[in-house]
Amino acid sequence: MRTSNVMERPNVDSGLEPDLPTEIEETSVDIAAALRDSNIQEVLDELDRELVGLKPVKTRIREIASLLLVERLRKEMSLTTEPPTLHMSFTGRPGTGKTTVALRMAKILHHLGYVRRGHLVVATRDDLVGQYIGHTAPKTKEIVKKAMGGVLFIDEAYYLYRPENERDYGQEAIEMLLQVMENQRDDLVVILAGYKERMDTFFQSNLGFRSRIAHHINFPDYTLEELMAIAELMVGQQMYTFDEDSRQAFAEYLELRIKQPHFANARSVRNAIDRIKLRQANRLIRQGGSITKGELARIDEADIRLSRVFQGGLDREPENSADEG
Amino acid sequence: MKVTQGTFSFLPDLTDEEIRKQVEFCLNNGWPINVEFTDDPHPRNSYWEMWDFPMFDLKDAAAVMLEINACRQAHPNHYIKVNGYNVTKGRETVALSFIVNRPKHEPGFRLVRQEVHGRTINYTVQSYATDKPEGERYADE
Repeated sequence: MRTSNVMERPNVDSGLEPDLPTEIEETSVDIAAALRDSNIQEVLDELDRELVGLKPVKTRIREIASLLLVERLRKEMSLTTEPPTLHMSFTGRPGTGKTTVALRMAKILHHLGYVRRGHLVVATRDDLVGQYIGHTAPKTKEIVKKAMGGVLFIDEAYYLYRPENERDYGQEAIEMLLQVMENQRDDLVVILAGYKERMDTFFQSNLGFRSRIAHHINFPDYTLEELMAIAELMVGQQMYTFDEDSRQAFAEYLELRIKQPHFANARSVRNAIDRIKLRQANRLIRQGGSITKGELARIDEADIRLSRVFQGGLDREPENSADEG
Repeated sequence: MKVTQGTFSFLPDLTDEEIRKQVEFCLNNGWPINVEFTDDPHPRNSYWEMWDFPMFDLKDAAAVMLEINACRQAHPNHYIKVNGYNVTKGRETVALSFIVNRPKHEPGFRLVRQEVHGRTINYTVQSYATDKPEGERYADE
């Protein structure tokens, strides 16, 4: 039944004749046209435009997209029988864009016709593993069913496997996932995500996963310049502006923040901007009087300098004292 | 005698591909779906057993096909139907219901005449299959 599904999948968007004769070896196909018709270029460009840095990731995604496109063309020419394995693993520290890229990946796979709907279902251990015997299987099955036709993104997948407790129900979820990854390859794509080191140990103790995953992509940490570019992008999106001094202050802020614990790349930048907005609002209210539009948008150096990052770090003071300054 | 209950029941049995497309139609309308089965084909038997849970928030018909096939495997000689439930406020009713599996041999119904007061006769139908207890019907075909 699976093969018949593959054959019947509509290829209307390819613009090619569906039944190309196999015996003619000279049958030609326009790669550029196929690329254009699949609209993946658009998604890839969007990826380039909206995500700062991540050079190795973008290269890999491009490679995978090309591979899948060629694979599809091959299938149209009856050159291949096995559908390619699409399951992936995204490794990297928090805030490096794994979920965002997974969303784009779902779009790319959808445009190429490898998943039918192209939605992303994000799940963690809590969504998959039950609390008592017999609870895990239906829970996992429900999530898997929701993800069918799209991509199942399992964040921090290594929590599924708890070797210290041999009666942990995580093992049951793992077995079900492995089965689905093998038998329902046409129906959904699984992406596992998490810290690099812990994912490596996870794969070592779950060889079934390792062999079923075709693409391992590592997300590098952002450099200071990239984080700055991300900050500019976020600030711009929220209709705020840095001036010369505050830009300098924010760069210094980042430099200090990177060295402090719990740094989560782009997510930390977003949180920092949220707190800066808070301080800016506070300052404007205290200042009173009439303010211009420019004033409302501008982030002042003082809004940044007040952060407790400049006073020695997050651990030094309780949560909310930073704003009081 | 082919039992004709629900949508499409006067058509030849739907193929899996046709079922998938109907399910897709339900999902595109945002209707949750459930699968039910029974071995009592009486037309007034509206309470069929539910297979697994009702399926909410699905995006793709593959998940429903999975359940239909699992139910067929467990109950190859039962009637199985798929219901699409319209949740729209004010509607809140089954919007599409069709049979996706039926026993290989359907013996049909007998007409029962009951003489009551005077010369009045009450008519009713009774399924031959229900002569046997639940679970043993359609078993030896």
